Amino acid sequence: MIKLEFKNVSYRHDNREVLHNLSVQFAAGDYVSIVGSSGSGKSTFLRLCCHLISPSEGNIFLNGQDMLLQNPIELRKKVSYCFQEPILWGTTVEDNVTFPYQIRNQKLDISKVTSLLSDFHMTPDYLHHEIQNLSGGEKQRIALIRTMLFEPEILLLDEVTSALDAENTELVEKAILNLNQQGITILWVTHNDEQSRKYANKLLTIEDGQIQSLEVIK
Amino acid sequence: MKGANISNTSLLLASSLVLVSLLFSYFQKLKLEKETIISVIRAVVQLFVVGYILQFIFGLHNPVVTTLIILAMTFNASYNAAKRGKEIKNGIWISFISIFVGSGITLTVLILSGAIKYEAYQMIPISGMLISNAMIAIGLCYRQLAANFKSRRNEVEVKLSLGADIHMSSIGILRDSIRTGMLPTIDSTKTLGIVSLPGMMTGLILAGTSPVMAIRYQIMVTFMMLSTTAISSFMACFLSYRGFFNDRKQLI
Repeated sequence: MIKLEFKNVSYRHDNREVLHNLSVQFAAGDYVSIVGSSGSGKSTFLRLCCHLISPSEGNIFLNGQDMLLQNPIELRKKVSYCFQEPILWGTTVEDNVTFPYQIRNQKLDISKVTSLLSDFHMTPDYLHHEIQNLSGGEKQRIALIRTMLFEPEILLLDEVTSALDAENTELVEKAILNLNQQGITILWVTHNDEQSRKYANKLLTIEDGQIQSLEVIK
Repeated sequence: MKGANISNTSLLLASSLVLVSLLFSYFQKLKLEKETIISVIRAVVQLFVVGYILQFIFGLHNPVVTTLIILAMTFNASYNAAKRGKEIKNGIWISFISIFVGSGITLTVLILSGAIKYEAYQMIPISGMLISNAMIAIGLCYRQLAANFKSRRNEVEVKLSLGADIHMSSIGILRDSIRTGMLPTIDSTKTLGIVSLPGMMTGLILAGTSPVMAIRYQIMVTFMMLSTTAISSFMACFLSYRGFFNDRKQLI
């Protein structure tokens, strides 16, 4: 089943064509690594996937329906995006993990949060830690947990391990693989060659705003 | 009523004080002489014209004219507030509605409580104070709103990408901007009588009113400034933040 499809998508910003005539399909449960040099348009591609921006030309289909015809808020709950730079707000970790519940008018599911914290080798008392005292790696893990609390249909990851050490990178990779094994489609932008082929079943290369190749590697 | 009486001669002698500013500018090479002279001439002409116009209007005792003047003042203030936030869509109309509602509610409470009457000599100066205070607060709100949507763009997009509505994604920015609009009024309220004797109170004392009576007016003015600033800042921010998003709830 096709989960996400780009049909002749171009994106222009400030009179510059960032992406040009992209056509590509991803099936449900795909684990796709996206590679390409800096400025090639990888992050713009992810932003289009979760409808933070819309194509200048062409159409993007989620579950067979044009994104422009879908409710943007509901759509983004299905396609979550974890940014390269972890952005946290409020004072404590709890303020951040509560946010996905607040927007759904739900109470914080403490068992779910502590289970995810434990997956990332963090104890429950992290909830009360002040975000200004967290290291870059801890911030990124909290940002990931926040994205994963309500399992999305597609998870977009933008170089999320670039600031992590080897041990934490492996933790994140395992957590993502676990999500993929539950059927969640993963699109992961990475600069790390080894990482791009480690778990992914497809490798998408974007250069100069165009798709250079889509390799099936597993 | 005995009070300070300024004759034309004393006004003329007082104008020599402008020379201080001019000499300072000249010797310090500030190049502000021309601007100082123009601003002083403008101020004198404007104030004389306004003085005579107000005297004429106060004599009319016509509530329609009073209302029209208040509306004109509101529009003028809206235009100026909108200039402070060029990034704000429909800035003039949002400012107009915010100032109108903010000062309207305050004036209604004051009239109903019997503190003031719908007479030109009371309504115009009091509206002027309220409208100008609201204008400054809204201008500050707009600047803060635009600066925050620029500097906290990533935070808004992360919240949107988690599935938040534009209101939830912007609430931190909105609160910060409203606070920015209200803080100068709150700060000046805190220091009333300690750092400064405000214009209205000073005016009343100079006109011969006893300080004990003058403070009653000042307390009323302080209350009305606070409420107008709060209502206007809140409305201006909540009406304008949507302009930073398109209809697909994407940050522009």
